[in-house]
Amino acid sequence: MSKEVSFIFNQTPQVIQKKKYCRFKKHGIKYIDFKDKDFLLKFVNEQGKILPRRITGTSLKYQRKVTVAVKRARHLALMPFVADGLK
Amino acid sequence: MHNQYETVIILTPVLSEQQMKDVVKSYRELITGNGGVMVHEENWGLTKLAYPIQKKGTGFYHLFEYQAGPEFVKVIELAFRRDERILRYLTVRLNKDAVIYSAKRRRGEVSAPKPAAPKEEVKVVVPELEEETN
Repeated sequence: MSKEVSFIFNQTPQVIQKKKYCRFKKHGIKYIDFKDKDFLLKFVNEQGKILPRRITGTSLKYQRKVTVAVKRARHLALMPFVADGLK
Repeated sequence: MHNQYETVIILTPVLSEQQMKDVVKSYRELITGNGGVMVHEENWGLTKLAYPIQKKGTGFYHLFEYQAGPEFVKVIELAFRRDERILRYLTVRLNKDAVIYSAKRRRGEVSAPKPAAPKEEVKVVVPELEEETN
């Protein structure tokens, strides 16, 4: 019995973060619009840099599309190349 | 073979409203005059730029969506490059997903995904029972 208890205690973080998922796969989004800057803002940090997949949870297929969309939005001055305190 | 293209141009804010309309009209005529079929147009008006271009902080944005042959893109981009009133332009070919998306967008049914960003929610790990949305 005591052994079992210690087993539970050993897994100190008994609660862990919810599993990340790819929002494009989940919602069935096929095309990422470069004109929708408010949406793209979710994929950049406050300096305007594109966030890595390991943070957003996006799958590789859609991360490539996000990257292209962000870069197009930057070209059209919808999003900044460099910023300070974007959020 | 006709593709569907989407072109966004940024015009200088120096122009008056009427001049801006004239420029847009000239490009609309260039598209239709070269065998292009206009699908959609949008004027976003005077919009703030995220960073200055040619020392200008704002610009008139205009979007054309049209069907044309691939040779036509060279023609229109050459015209944009020669035009001093155009600060920036971007032409993109729309693939089939994008065509569906833009048709939806026109009808105003773009279902912007809910802010389902991975929240700081904590929960005990259980095998996820994800329901299929498609």
